[in-house]
Amino acid sequence: MKKLLAALVGTMALATAPVALSAEATKELKMAYDADPVTLDIHEQLSGGILQLSHMTFDPLVRWTKDLGFEARLAESWSRVDDKTMRFKLREGVKFHSGNELTAKDVKFTYDRLKESQDFKAIFKPFSGINVIDDYTFELVTSEPFPLLLNTATYIFPLDSEFYSGETEDGKQKGAILKHGNSFASDNLSGTGPFMVKSRQQGVRMEFERFADYWDEESPGNVKKIVMTPIKENNTRVSALLSGGVDFIAPVPPTDLDRIKRDKNSDLVTMSGTRIILFHMNQERVEAFKDPKVRQAVAYAINQEGIAAKIMKGFATPAAQLSPAGYQGHNESLKPRYDVEKAQQLMKEAGYEDGFTITMMAPNNRYVNDDKIAQAAAAMLARINIKVDLKTLPKAQYWPEYDDRSADMMLIGWHADTEDSANFYEFLTFCTEAGSGSGQYNAGNYCNPEIDALVEKANVETDLDKRAAMLQDVEKRLYDDAAFVPLHWQDLAWASKKNVKIEPILNVMNFPYLGDLVVE
Amino acid sequence: MLAFLVQRISQAALVMFVISVIAFSIQDGLGDPLQEMVGMSVSMEEREALREELGLNDPKLVQYLRFAGNAIQGDLGNSYFYGKPTLEVIADHLPATLELVIGASLIILLLSVPIGVYAAIRPQAWLAKFFMGVSTVGISIPVFLTAIVLIQIYSIGVNVEWFPVETGWGQWLNGALSTEGGLPSYGRGENLTHLFGTWYSGFFTESGLMHLVLPCVSLASIMLPLFIRLIRAEMMEVLQSDYIRYARAKGLSAGRINFLHALKNTMLPVITVGGVQIGVMVAYTILTETVFQWPGVGLMFLEAITRSDIPLIVAYLMVVGLIFVVTNTLVDLVYGLVNPTVKLTGKKA
Repeated sequence: MKKLLAALVGTMALATAPVALSAEATKELKMAYDADPVTLDIHEQLSGGILQLSHMTFDPLVRWTKDLGFEARLAESWSRVDDKTMRFKLREGVKFHSGNELTAKDVKFTYDRLKESQDFKAIFKPFSGINVIDDYTFELVTSEPFPLLLNTATYIFPLDSEFYSGETEDGKQKGAILKHGNSFASDNLSGTGPFMVKSRQQGVRMEFERFADYWDEESPGNVKKIVMTPIKENNTRVSALLSGGVDFIAPVPPTDLDRIKRDKNSDLVTMSGTRIILFHMNQERVEAFKDPKVRQAVAYAINQEGIAAKIMKGFATPAAQLSPAGYQGHNESLKPRYDVEKAQQLMKEAGYEDGFTITMMAPNNRYVNDDKIAQAAAAMLARINIKVDLKTLPKAQYWPEYDDRSADMMLIGWHADTEDSANFYEFLTFCTEAGSGSGQYNAGNYCNPEIDALVEKANVETDLDKRAAMLQDVEKRLYDDAAFVPLHWQDLAWASKKNVKIEPILNVMNFPYLGDLVVE
Repeated sequence: MLAFLVQRISQAALVMFVISVIAFSIQDGLGDPLQEMVGMSVSMEEREALREELGLNDPKLVQYLRFAGNAIQGDLGNSYFYGKPTLEVIADHLPATLELVIGASLIILLLSVPIGVYAAIRPQAWLAKFFMGVSTVGISIPVFLTAIVLIQIYSIGVNVEWFPVETGWGQWLNGALSTEGGLPSYGRGENLTHLFGTWYSGFFTESGLMHLVLPCVSLASIMLPLFIRLIRAEMMEVLQSDYIRYARAKGLSAGRINFLHALKNTMLPVITVGGVQIGVMVAYTILTETVFQWPGVGLMFLEAITRSDIPLIVAYLMVVGLIFVVTNTLVDLVYGLVNPTVKLTGKKA
């Protein structure tokens, strides 16, 4: 009994011991990405680079955890008021880099600016308004019941309304979002985030310094200064790490994974990604692609596992659907279906035993090994007598061609901005409708209104289990119909020196939470 | 002299006009600048509006005239990516490239003259043959490969374990062939000295100089063999000429003959070739700068191409055209000074 009591007291003592507060930030981190952020205005462009910057210098209301859950950041708590309204409680005592204090009016300012932003307004389309209740309480209202409200809240990084309001000396609006030319916001930044921008030479280097009044005192991060250099050339980036010039690099090219694994001073972290790579088969350009049997034949003829193993060197997860594991729409039962005999059989049934000739286009500098993937796919299609006339282009020239849908089969990679399955369908498989933006990247001109209606229904279903079942059904139907040919989800890779503990701060969205980085 | 300069300035104007026309007419082939400016999910309408705002929907001729009108007033437009006047962007990046070229030129000058002269005076010596052999190899290796090998050896380091570690000689050989690395492999370093305007120099700090070593050596490696061979060939020819024989017969010292009388005439063609090659070197900086992430105009140009940043591409080409014209003019002027028998405007002497 005494022993038990002692043990009990012991555990209690442990439990009440003060949690180790934020470690003294003293370390310096040198890092190299393949590009630096194009602007300091986080609403000017919706891109990976800008979101990475957002997570360094701002904080979102909520953020994704490693396992795709939500973690409270500037929003302390939230609850549904009704079907269309969510009430958020804002963290108190949060300071911006300028010294101003965060209140609900900053959130409103940010919301209004997002609604204006060319790049972000599409994501915020379901929202109809924001109600500021008091300094630390506000409500987000949607026009329909919206299951992805929290997903979208990860894009709300409150801006310092006072800092971004008013006019500059030469009479320009400080809050203006300018895509070209310099605006105040593209050169000046005041967020709540762990790092302040100290200096910036675009394309050369950026320096960040830890914000002394950062609100998150429980963050284990101990990096005081970050020097970020963009290094575009893969080889140079890897060399910079191996030679000790930098401490942390991303992305790591697949060809150098082994080189880094062998290096005893470096750590490599890889993750199965969420960016799907796929081919569209254009039904309007090729009569044969109207026949589901022919589309299935193509799907059976492409060896996803072979491409992932041989061309991607294992640096990809073979796919049979759009949604990666962890997404609501991910359907476990769908597997890659490589079977050449079956493919030939289907071609015969469809009356195309002798095959036909098609054109194919792919970018050659957008995705990992994109041109090689296209070459392999062309060779695989030759086995079912489809002769492919392949053209690969640099991305700057490829996308205009893609917008014109100027080849019979076109390659595209897609990452869902909302980290949700529905985003894939809306852009890639919805019936193309000029004006609404649905099916904007559906270069196959596949159109099945029934599936579209099902997705629309799922989009207003707030019961997440029901919604998942609906989306998985969509995925199955697209698979059966062979609406497109999925190839793989591109993996992600980062590397660092051994003393830089990057593993805990990395995630599948590729937003390293550098504020929490621990350097030993 | 004045006529010569006027002629050259009008030449420069013509060159730049032609370049601007060519650059403008190929811009459609370079791709859509909007793709780098907006996210994937931005709708067609938004894109169209932005295109209209940038004036990309106007007929090509209207666009060109607008550009030319501004260009005459010294405004070559704004870079899409940097959001700043293109000339400002180029001025920011040019010093880095110039320092690279200066560093490489110094290496070339300091090595090619002694080696070339030596190889000409003692063509049969094994050392001369060795230099010529190495220079043949050097001229045939692309700068990309040289750079990567240099990075591996001098910045990452090589650990050689080919020989048995147990034996003393094996250990010694392994040690002798392994390298520590440690030289910076990218960028210009942190401690740059501000000279004037946009010129931050790496020549005055240790870290700056260390960062210059590998890129300059790589860039020099492509030109050095050419100059060694050129100087050797010219020198050999000069050594056969009458005035040298006369000097020998007169009993002048070998040093005086070789370095005062012979070398002077050897350098004439070297100046001409050198002037042209400096232009070529600017082209090679594109490769070198890419490998070493050297923030100069070469890297900037390459990135401008991948981003279809058309105003910046056009401005870069025009500036490089200007550099070519200016260096050629300077070469001609210097040539005239060194060799008074040459008249600049081509009038009879």
